[in-house]
Parts: sequence; structure tokens; C-alpha cells
Amino acid sequence: MTETAMNGRPRALSPRGRVLPVVVIVCAIIVLWYLLATALNWAQVEERLSNDPMSTSVATMIDGTWSMEHPVLPAPHQVLAEFWKTTFEMSPTSKRSLVYHAWITASATMLGFAFGAILGMLLAAGIVHVRTLDRSLMPWIIASQTVPILAIAPMIIVILGSIGMVGLVPKAIISMYLCFFPVTIGMVKGLRSPDPLQLDLMRTYSASTWAVFWKLRMPASIPFLFASMKVAIAISLVGTIVGELPTGANGGIGARLLSGSYYGQTVQIWSALLMASLLGSAMVYVMGGIERLTLRHMGAPR
Amino acid sequence: MPSDGGVRVADRPPSAPRIEVGKQVAGDVVIDIQNLSLTFRTADAPIHALSQINLQVHSGEFVSLIGPSGCGKTTLMRIVADLEKPTAGEVKVNGMSPAEARLKRAYGYVFQAPALYPWRSVLGNVTLPHEIIGISRSEREEKARRYLDLVGLKGFERKYPWQLSGGMQQRVSIARALSFDPAMLLMDEPFGALDEITRDRMNEELLSIWRKTGKTVIFVTHSIDEAVLLSTRIVVMSARPGRIVEVIDSTLPAERNIETRDSPAAVDLAHRVRLGLKAGHSYDD
Repeated sequence: MTETAMNGRPRALSPRGRVLPVVVIVCAIIVLWYLLATALNWAQVEERLSNDPMSTSVATMIDGTWSMEHPVLPAPHQVLAEFWKTTFEMSPTSKRSLVYHAWITASATMLGFAFGAILGMLLAAGIVHVRTLDRSLMPWIIASQTVPILAIAPMIIVILGSIGMVGLVPKAIISMYLCFFPVTIGMVKGLRSPDPLQLDLMRTYSASTWAVFWKLRMPASIPFLFASMKVAIAISLVGTIVGELPTGANGGIGARLLSGSYYGQTVQIWSALLMASLLGSAMVYVMGGIERLTLRHMGAPR
Repeated sequence: MPSDGGVRVADRPPSAPRIEVGKQVAGDVVIDIQNLSLTFRTADAPIHALSQINLQVHSGEFVSLIGPSGCGKTTLMRIVADLEKPTAGEVKVNGMSPAEARLKRAYGYVFQAPALYPWRSVLGNVTLPHEIIGISRSEREEKARRYLDLVGLKGFERKYPWQLSGGMQQRVSIARALSFDPAMLLMDEPFGALDEITRDRMNEELLSIWRKTGKTVIFVTHSIDEAVLLSTRIVVMSARPGRIVEVIDSTLPAERNIETRDSPAAVDLAHRVRLGLKAGHSYDD
């Protein structure tokens, strides 16, 4: 009847119930994409075929909009073909392989995420325990996120490059800057989540601040921490890609996007975007898996 | 020790050992409250949560605090536990200030809600106090198992709080309070959220735990039946300001069970508690 069984706990949907909505949405998006490709590429095809009145039937026109070399919007099968070719038909060490670029982006993302998560947790622990930090740091943390870092990231990369910082680290710094914020906010909320009785209990044992942190605040914050880390890792990926834009030579999905736009290789751009979204989904999915394992280890209902 | 202005406590020398009703032998004064008041400052008018409280509790006693909501019975116990500070008067716990007594882990506190840590197993919750005190793993687990057995939860060590009923959770919290063997138990309406059948069973279990361990118990309740059945002394309180109206010594025998509640002595005792509550205007408005 509904997804909720009698006992109020969610019941697992049947495989068909899970797959069907996804298939419907994907089909709808693909249809819409083909229609858009036709509409957006129409003018170019029309111009190219105007010298050749023999071939201006609607069918040839539509076929033309779906098979251009430099389309405004490539059709899904073109993107998939390019994606397949650059992912599976090339050696992962080749600079033309999407796997090579995805790996560069993924490693910088994970490094940036690790920096950001640690920074975020340290800030949260400080904010929860030191009142002056709560008052003095919080406004700066919020202000830091109002800086349009995505806009100035390329400049930061260039500046860091000029003082000799190249490779993974500058990109990781951009992504850390973006992703510590949700971790701090979520973690502060989590560390403050124990109810007054749970805190009073610690007081009756004359527990030290250290013990309260490790035995109460930290475990209580874990669900909040994972929720914010899932957001953070996705943001971290965006930060890394933006950080790759100005340093095309070093590779990465961002570099692929940049070189694609230099040469009007829209198919290449879209297949890089596809790779970026798959990478992002995979990272959030893995994070979700770690979350489930951790919470299960902490006795959460299965 | 100076004589206080308390209602019934004043008519005996507080430090002298005395024979409690029944066969319970009461020992030294473990809690000594003199002229205690607590006023909360609020935006409009100050609230007199507690006013001129005098009370002495002897070792081995089971003292119930009963009164209407807002009479300060929980607050009074929280002051003894150093979870709240009085604005006037003096409190001594084992001859020390409540803060010193807390640092020496003089008491185990049982809250209204079980306040278990959901990420810890039943065993993990009961070993928590010893973990903080710093006792070896084997010793704290052995102690925890013993007290879980005492509260009738043998075999539930590996379960998590969400797998237990409300009554079982509260028993875990009692085992947790007993686990580090404090001489005193402070219990704040521990069975208030339970249904009456579970509550009756818990009352019997608490009686037997108290008999087995000989601990001093301060027990906050708003159930007259519960106070009558469990206590050696019943402290009747009234609200606005929170004060002690009467202290009633129990006339029930030391050996009690759930049927004792229907005995003439218990019915008479309950009547006296009701009169005390009435005298404190607890039934008004």
C-alpha cells in the first residue's frame, strides 16, 4: 500500500518499485535532450545545408542536428560514444583518457576534502568548547563563504603557482576552503545535540570536558557529521574542478572542460561533465556506505 | 550541630544514631540541609522555587519527596546533586559541600527519563560511569553484569536501548546508577513515565534492591501510593514558594510487597500524606 509498514519503520521497496521511477525520469530526460539538441543545432544545420536543396528533408535535418562534429548541444548518443571511447578504449595512463583526468580530479578532491573535514571538525570542537571562539570565529566563517571563491579560484591558483605551489595542493586548498563550512556547521549542531539529561549525567560522574567530548558529544554528532560530509564532498569536487580550469596542462576534469571549450569540442565537454557527475555520485555513495557501516557499528536499527 | 527550624526533624538530636521505624537501623546524617532557599530571577518577578528548607537524611533511609508540580522537589534533589546552586542556606552531603561530594562520586542519579546513550549497548551504558572513573575493562564489565542481573536484565547485555521497552530502559539506568556502588541513590520520578503495572513491578524491584544494598535513597515522586509503599520517611512539600509542609515517619513494616499498599497502616499513611498535601494547598485551584 504505502512505503511504511505497520510498525512505522520504512519497508524496503521491491526492486521493480525502485527501478521504475528512475527509468521513467531517465527516459524523459533523454527525450527532452534530443528535442533540445534538435532545436539548438537547427540553425547551424540549416545554414550548412542551404547550398544543397536536395537534402533538406526534415528527417535529414534532424539527423544532422544529432550528428554534428561541433554542435551547440551534442545528442546523448554522441556524448556516450565519446565517453565510452575515452574511458574504456584508451589506456588509463594516456592524456586523452578520461579515466586519467578523473583520477587526477578525484585525488585532489579527496585531499581537499580530508583537509576540509579535519579543519571543519577542529573549528567545530573549538566553537563548542570556547565561548570566545563561538563569538569571534563564527562571523568570519560565515563571511568566508560569501567570498565568491569560484570566481577568484583561478587567480588564487595562478598566485599559488607563482610562489611554487603546483600540482594537487593548490586545487586541494580551493576545495578545502569550500568544503570545511558545511562540516563546521553540521558538527557544531551535532556536538550540541546531546539533551540536558545526558549532559547532567556526565556531570554527576564529575566527568572531564575531555570525557564528555569523546564519550558523549562526539558520538552524538556522528549522524550530523555524515550528513554534512556528504554535502562537503560534492562541493569539494566542484572546488577542485574550478581549481583545474586555469592549469590545463596539469590535467583533470577541469582541464578537459577548458581544452574542450578552446577548440569548440562540445562533445568532449559534455563527456567530461558526465564523468564529473558520475564521480560526484560515486563519492557521495561511498560516503553513504561508510555512514551506514559506522551507524550500524554504533547500534543503529538496521 | 545547631538545631534547625524543621517541622519534624527538629525534635531529635540530628547526629545521634536512632532506630528507624520497622527494623531499619538508620546511621549517621548523610544529607544535612539548613535554611535552604533558591530564588530564580526572571524578567518580571523573582520565583521562589525553594524557601527555608530544613531536612536531614540518615544513612540507610528511604526518603520520598512528594508534592504538586512546581513545588521544587526535583530542584531540591538537584541541589543535593550539585546540578543546581542554592541562593541561600547550607547543604552538606557526607559532611562536604555538594560539589565536593559530587567530585567524590557520592551518589548515583536516576533521571525522569532513562537518558541512555543510544550508541552504546546495554552493557556499554552500565559500564559508562566506571569508564569515566577509570576502572579496568574486566572489572567494570563484571560489575555491570552483576547489577544488570540485580535489576533482572541478565541476557540483555548486547542489546541496544531502542530494542528495550521503557521499563527495561529505566532498569538499565538504575543499574547504571548502582554500577559504581555509590552509598546514595538520588531518584527523580524514575517510574513517572511508566504504566501502572510496570510501575508496581519496578516498585517491588526497587524495594528489594534497597534491602539488598542498604543504600540511602532520596526518591522524588508525585504518586502517594508509591511514596507510601517505598519510604521510611515521606517529606510532603507544597508550591509557591516550595517548602516542606510535613515530614511523616512510615509505620509500615520493613518487609513489604505490593500487597502492603492495601494494609490498614498503608491506607492510614496515605491519608496522612493527603492531609499534608491539603494543608499545603496542593489541591487548591
